[in-house]
Parts: sequence; structure tokens; C-alpha cells
Amino acid sequence: MLAYIIRRLIYAIPILIGVNLLTFALFFVVNTPEQMARVQLGDKHVTEEAVQEWKAQRGYDKPLLINGDAEGAGAFTETIFFEKSLSLFALDFGKSDAGRNIAADIEQRMWPSLAVALPTFIIGISVNIAFALFVVMFRASIFDTSAMILCVGLMSVSGVFYVIAGQFFFAKEWSLVPISGYLGGADAWRFLLLPVIIGVISGIGGGTRLYRTLFLEEANKDYVRTARAKGVAELTVLFRHILPNGMIPILTSVVVVIPSLFMGSLLVESFFGIPGLGSYTLDAIQAQDFAIVRSMVFLGSVLYIIGLLLTDISYTLVDPRVRLS
Amino acid sequence: MEVFDVRLHLLWSDILIFLLVASLCAFIVTVVRNPLARKRWSQVFESRIGSASFLVILFYVLIALTDSVHFQKKLDQAGDSGEVHYAPEVTSLLDLALAPMLGRDEKTYSAPFAIHSFAKESMELPEGGVTRDYPRLEHGGSHLDDDAQHGADIVVKSMTVIGWTLVPVLILIFLHHSLMKKRSSRLPWPVIYFAFSAIVVVSSWALYMSQFYHVLGTDKVGQDVLYGAVKAVRTGVLIGTLATLVTLPLAVLLGISAGYFRGWVDDVVQYIYTTLNSIPGILLIAASVLLIDVYIETHPEQFKLLSDRADFKFVALCFILGMTSWTGLCRLLRAETLKLSQLEYVQAAHAFGVSRWRVIMRHILPNTTHLILIALVLDFSGFVLAEAVLSYIGVGVDPSMKSWGNMINEARAELAREPVVWWSVIAAFILMFVLVLAANLFSDRVRDAFDPRMSGSGDSK
Repeated sequence: MLAYIIRRLIYAIPILIGVNLLTFALFFVVNTPEQMARVQLGDKHVTEEAVQEWKAQRGYDKPLLINGDAEGAGAFTETIFFEKSLSLFALDFGKSDAGRNIAADIEQRMWPSLAVALPTFIIGISVNIAFALFVVMFRASIFDTSAMILCVGLMSVSGVFYVIAGQFFFAKEWSLVPISGYLGGADAWRFLLLPVIIGVISGIGGGTRLYRTLFLEEANKDYVRTARAKGVAELTVLFRHILPNGMIPILTSVVVVIPSLFMGSLLVESFFGIPGLGSYTLDAIQAQDFAIVRSMVFLGSVLYIIGLLLTDISYTLVDPRVRLS
Repeated sequence: MEVFDVRLHLLWSDILIFLLVASLCAFIVTVVRNPLARKRWSQVFESRIGSASFLVILFYVLIALTDSVHFQKKLDQAGDSGEVHYAPEVTSLLDLALAPMLGRDEKTYSAPFAIHSFAKESMELPEGGVTRDYPRLEHGGSHLDDDAQHGADIVVKSMTVIGWTLVPVLILIFLHHSLMKKRSSRLPWPVIYFAFSAIVVVSSWALYMSQFYHVLGTDKVGQDVLYGAVKAVRTGVLIGTLATLVTLPLAVLLGISAGYFRGWVDDVVQYIYTTLNSIPGILLIAASVLLIDVYIETHPEQFKLLSDRADFKFVALCFILGMTSWTGLCRLLRAETLKLSQLEYVQAAHAFGVSRWRVIMRHILPNTTHLILIALVLDFSGFVLAEAVLSYIGVGVDPSMKSWGNMINEARAELAREPVVWWSVIAAFILMFVLVLAANLFSDRVRDAFDPRMSGSGDSK
């Protein structure tokens, strides 16, 4: 088990290098450090010295990927790509191109992100499982059919409409909650209520349908029929046999997103003006702040890889037949 | 190419969509020839939901196709040198069909079927003095002699046009029905008749009424909302199909070769998709779209017309969306190919000395079609929904291009107004909802028919 984990972590290194290379390429295919400097310095009539100084301060004065002037290994190490990527592997994010401390920003913005993402995740899954179980209880009836049609209908509505409708009715018409924004401390729940509700509702259609299929697969198995044949009550069958066994594929499939909850949801945060990591990244892209984009993409992939690893481990925990090798 | 006084000006997306239609026709031919595939597909169309949703999708696709034939109109004033000049903007066939909605712009917002503007304005009275009231619209209901007839006029006109379209539609249906009596067909004809007549009646009603009124009101600059919403159909349908077209070759090629060849090929493919997957998709899209923006800004000479620019960005967006979402299907195909290449008949083919290429084409690819089909139809609705979200956060299609996402984006400000301007967001909602719902329902039927796991469980309704 331990050997497996260590090997997976070693495999992660080339993936992370690839992720870095891709971000780097996307950013510098059309952008040059000169243009970045001019965007950041803002003024159209920036002197050449100011641009050079800006680049030197932030380490953008080297060649991008291959240094033709340097000798030996220096051809690869004395470049922007190498120097910027190396510090990331030590989880040292450094300063953003606008001069802010990225690690401090992340620490500060992580909490609002978590405050939205975690309740949405937990409530969302519980609601979906409850609905799916309810539908399975009445399977092959008119209730089942109409619930599934409703689910397809809910799935066909763009998430943007849920946000618009939610903000319009809850915030504007009925003035129950603020439209957007965020406050730390005890008042936070007023700002969190709407994003969480919208997040849960927009996931109900797809989630319920998927979980219903999983539960139905379980309900058609032999041991369930045996239980019924023995005279076990229908509700007991549902809660004692179908639910625990159906939960296995559900839980193992959601494990992968748990670490990524830290990153928050880009969309929900930008719609509701929540100062989390999601909107942080989106703002950085729009401001062309390469340092932040690079750090966030790196962090995101690290969390995703951890998620994959957790998924594998969770398989062995719920199913002893699976061995990691 | 010049025909009469127009010049054909096909955009890149036009060419791509017609190529796609051509390959779709080729696909249909192969389906008709293959008895098993024909049986599966007839199972899709024999279900009521399957055939009704297919008709709806077909209607949207037809709108998108007529909107994909672009040309430039010749300008009236020919230069002294005898040179012919063409209009800087492109017109499509659909614009000709929607002519009643064009050139009837009001000043600003007006509600559906309204004859008065939505906002009060200061007006000079004929007998002197100034009053604030809702001004009469210039075009909406301009045929009315007396404004009091407004309500009655709408009802009478609606009844007339519905009556006049229902009669030929019913005759057509009756003729078809009596012809079909002799031949046995298991298609659910009543549902098809109903869906067909509903589509025809609703569209001709909207087209006829928009000669007199703004059926879905007008937007901020006084343009007809229905026109914008219908033009947005092309954006939605094209983004769904073109992005899917990009995912397909990547996923099939990489997925099948990873599963079939294994070894280092498998390692490389797995590495590629894990790397791509581990970057949050929306980040990748946002970064790429900004990249395209910068490219357009630095290479203005490549884009003669404004619509060329928007179209380039649009095609690029389709590619980006496709590039970021092929990994799911690729994984499925890899797993399926791994399983298939262990089966006896594939081993037997190898033993007979059949070449690897032939084994893939004859024995492996055909047995993965169900996975490909299901993923394709599901992806389509996903891409249509994604467009709305992306345009809403400003990394979607060009703002000059009509799209549901852009309409919703504008609606943000409209909903904050008092009283609320609700019609453009509702128009975008309905048109988008109908398309995505039809695509989702259709993909359900396709899955039921093609997924071997579904056929046994009796869980198809």
C-alpha cells in the first residue's frame, strides 16, 4: 500500500511538469514578457528602462524555454520556465506579478471558497441520494416516470438561469438575502445561503438520475430478491441492503472532487462576487497575471492528483477484493 | 462566385458545418446498409419521445443550416470606375426568411406585442406644452387605425394564421396517413404528426405576427428579440456539433490505440489525458480564449469583415471546447478496447494474420460505436449549455455574434431595471431549453437502444 502511494506520487511529477508546460505555452504563445510588463505597468508611454526593470525584478528577463547562450545544463535551467516551475514544486508560490504575496492570498481566500463549496457538496449529495432513494422506492410507477422527466427537464436548464432566477426572486423581489458579496464572521451565512441553494438545485437533475441508475442496478441483484423472498419488509430492504451497497459506487466516484473543493467553484464565485480562490483565478486570467495563474493551475492539479489517489485508496477500503499493486 | 447581385461569402464555420452534414449523410448510408445498426436505430425512432425529440432537433438544425449560407449584398451606388462594391456585413438565407423582423427597429425596449414604448419619454403635445407618456412605437402595430383594436387584432390575426396553416398541414397529414395504411410501419405516426404540425404552426404564426408586432418585444437598441433569439440558434447548434466533431477523432484515435497497442502508447495517452484533466477545464478555456483575442488584435489584416473576426473566434472556441472535453470518451474507449482485444474473435483474427489496421477497423471500432454515439449525443447538450455559461463570464463567443449566452449576459442589467425587462431572458431560456431538452431526451433513447447493459434490465421507460 505504502509502496503504491509512493509510486503514484512519483508518477505525479511528470504530470505536474506537463501541466506547467501547458500553462506556460498557453500564456506565452501570444504574450511576450514585454507585453505583460506593459499591461501591468498600465501606462502606454512606459519607458524601455521601466519595462526592463519590471522584467528583471520578476525574473522575466531570461529566455523563455531554452537559453542558447548558456553552457551545458544551463541551457535549460537558466530560463523563465525552469526557474518559475522549480519553486512551485517546493510549494513556494512567490509574489504575483502585481507584487502581492500569493501564499497569503491563497490562505485568506481559501475560507470563503470552502464555505461555499463544502456545504454545496455535502448537502448536494445528501439531497440527491435521498431523492434517488425515494424514486427507487416507487420504481416502475407513474411517480418514477414523472420524476425522471422532471430530472431531464432540470438538467436541460442552463446553470446560468438558476443563478439569474435565484438572484432575481430571492434577492431582488423578496429581499431575503443579498444579491452578491461576502462578509466574514457570523454574518457570512446570509451571503452563503443563495449560492449553496443554487448549487444544490442545479445539481439535482443530473445527480438524482445517476444515483437512481446505480440504486436500480443494486435493486435488481439476487441478494435483494433473496431478502424479499425471506419476507424482509420493503423499507428494510431499501435502507439495509440497497442503500449501503449503492453508496459504494457513489462515494468512490465523488472522492476525486473532495480535495478540489479548496479551489472553490469558479462560476459560482464569480456570479455571486465571493472573494474565494475561484474568482481569484478568473481575475488573474483577465489581468494576465501569469504568476497567479501558474500557481493556481499547479495547486489545482496537485489537488486533482491527490483526489485520484484517494479514489484508489477508497476502492480498497470498501472492497477488500481490490488490491493496489 | 457571383449570382445576381450578391456574392457568396462563406465563413469558416459554414464550411465546417456543411462538411459535417455531408459526413452525417455518409454515416446514415452505412447505418441503412447494416441490419443490426438499422434495428437499433429503428428502436430509437419507434419510441414516441425519440421521434418527437428528433423532429425538434431537426428543426433547429434546419434553421442553423439556412443561417449558414452567407452572402454579401451588392451596394446600390456603383463607383465611377465601374467597380462593384459589396456590403461590409454578411446576410444569410435565414435573414431573407426573417425579413419581416428586419429593418423595423424601435428606439429602445418594448414589451412583446406592445404598441407603446416601454419607457416614458417627454413629448411635445400638438397644442403646445410637454407631457411625459409612453410614446407610440414606430413599427409595432403600425397597421392599426385605432389603438383600441389592439387586443382584438392580435386574436383575429393569430386565429387567421393558425387556421390557414392548419388546413394544409392537416391535408398533408391525411394524405400521408392514407398512403401509409397499405404499408406497415412501426413508427409512432400520431406523435410525429402532432410534433410536425406544432412546429409548423408555431413557426408560421411567429413569422406572420412579426410582420405587425414584435412578438417577443425589442431589446435595448430596439432590435426585435425574436430575430436575435432565432439567429442564436445557429450559434448554439454549431457550437454543439463542431465541438463534438473535434472531440471525436482525438478520443477515438487515442483511446483505441492506447487500448489496442498498450505499452508505451498506452502510457503516453494516459499521461496526456491525466495532464489535461488535472487542469480545471474552465481555466484552460478562459486562457485559450484570451489567447485568441490577443491573436486577433495583433493580426487585423487577416480578417476583412467584422463577421470574419467573430467567426474566427467562434471556430476557435469550438476547437478549444472540443480539446478540453475529449478525455472522458477517450478513457471509455481505452477500457473497452482493452476488453475487446482479449476476446476470442480478435485473437482468431490475429492468428489468421489479419493486419492490425484491419483488426481495428473491422473488429474493434464497430464494437465501440455504441459508446461513441452515446457520448456524442450527450456532449452536444453539454456544449450548448457551456456556451451560455462562457459567454456570461465573458470568455465565450464574440459579443457581436447573436448567442443565447450573450442575450442572458445583457439580461443581467435588464432584470435589475424597474419595471423588469423580462422578455429577452425568457426568449433565450425557452429556445435553449427546448433544444437541450430535445437533445437530452434523444440521447436517453439512443442510450437505451445502444447500451447493452440497458437492454436486459427492463429499465427503458
